[in-house]
Amino acid sequence: MKKHPLAIRWFHWINFPLLALMIWSGILIYWAYPAYRIGIGDFTLVKMNLDQTTWRALKVNNRLAEGMALHFFFMWLFVGNGVAYVAYTIFSGEWRELLPNRHTLRDAWNVVLHDLRIRKEPLPRTKFNGAQKLAYTGVIVMGIGSVLSGLAIYRPVQLSWLTAMFGGYPAARFVHFWLTVGYVAFFLVHIAQVVRAGWNNFRAMVIGVEVVDER
Amino acid sequence: MSDKELQRLTRRGFLTMGIAAGAGVATWKWLRTRPRDGGLQWPFRRVLEANESLSRGYFSTARLSPEFRRSDISRARINGRLGLKPPIDLKAWRLRIEGAAQPLLLALDDIKALPQHEMITELRCIEGWSTIVQWKGARLADLMAKFPPVARAEFVSLETPDRGYYVGLERESALHPQTLLAYEMNGQPLPLLHGAPLRLAIPVKYGIKNIKRIGTIRYTNVRPADFWAERGYDWYAGH
Repeated sequence: MKKHPLAIRWFHWINFPLLALMIWSGILIYWAYPAYRIGIGDFTLVKMNLDQTTWRALKVNNRLAEGMALHFFFMWLFVGNGVAYVAYTIFSGEWRELLPNRHTLRDAWNVVLHDLRIRKEPLPRTKFNGAQKLAYTGVIVMGIGSVLSGLAIYRPVQLSWLTAMFGGYPAARFVHFWLTVGYVAFFLVHIAQVVRAGWNNFRAMVIGVEVVDER
Repeated sequence: MSDKELQRLTRRGFLTMGIAAGAGVATWKWLRTRPRDGGLQWPFRRVLEANESLSRGYFSTARLSPEFRRSDISRARINGRLGLKPPIDLKAWRLRIEGAAQPLLLALDDIKALPQHEMITELRCIEGWSTIVQWKGARLADLMAKFPPVARAEFVSLETPDRGYYVGLERESALHPQTLLAYEMNGQPLPLLHGAPLRLAIPVKYGIKNIKRIGTIRYTNVRPADFWAERGYDWYAGH
């Protein structure tokens, strides 16, 4: 059965190293001012920081200039690939498979219950289930948020209206950072689901066809 | 679909992906081994310059850095001591202007005689933090109007007296109305470690361009040297 069109497979696999480079160069930049944490008031659950020995062991220290150069180089490719992907889904009609509709929320909840082995009934056989629709559309919204918050901290005077929309410069940096943490969370769940779904499903993202059991 | 057909597709798909991955790795290796220009492999330097052209094309001196209220002023932070090492005699200090009709030596009172401007703006460090600071000083644009360059200056270079630190500005940022030669900070005369007697407050640039203890201002048509741009950073560093 045909599953993923060639173009979408290319966009997906090109995005993978580009997003990795954007996150990595982002970490090189973040090292210079690792200010964030998870916590309320005086209580800090997790500091989004490492001690200097660990930063050094990971070879992340003192590479701010390099990180910025990489970030402002690969941003073009990352954004270009993302725009091309969205344009393709619109013009090919693939968006119909991806965009959530009024059933999506209920479907997505059933997927979560199913995956946690709480709900026994099999999931309906559609190309993307509700949870996937939410995740794959959500990550595009996050991408748009990253580009906008990125621009807001890149040119906060010439684009001060945009920076103001995020609530100012520090707030825009905050949004830009936490969206990145969101990609990492997306990636972890995505990998877990790919492993769970198995070889046939993974291969479909490379060759485009998936073997369907007709019994 | 037959098993054979599937096998063929699988082989072809993974082969293509392997070749594409190899090409990606080769491109990355190539990028990382290019000769350096200002501490940066040249392809990255060229892209920073292309980004600069785009930004300069969009830049307008009419767009201002947001101003804040007095109560927003945050605790000042000392982050750079480059060029501030030698002891300084504030009374003997003079600002040297090069590139005007004749070389000039200005006293602080000559700067204070220019129209005074105050602003409360954000100083954004290239490291990622930012502070709100109140500045008082004269517009660099006013200085350039009163002591004009011999020919239209495309760039302005600013240096500390010992040349331990130096920054370059392109014309439009130098002429931006919020680009001040500041002698007061947060209502006080500029402290030594914040660049007494005269520093640059330039919110259209990252903190690195807000040079302290200015000794020389030079009008030039050659892109001036810039301390951090020689060490891998973007020369433009604009906001």
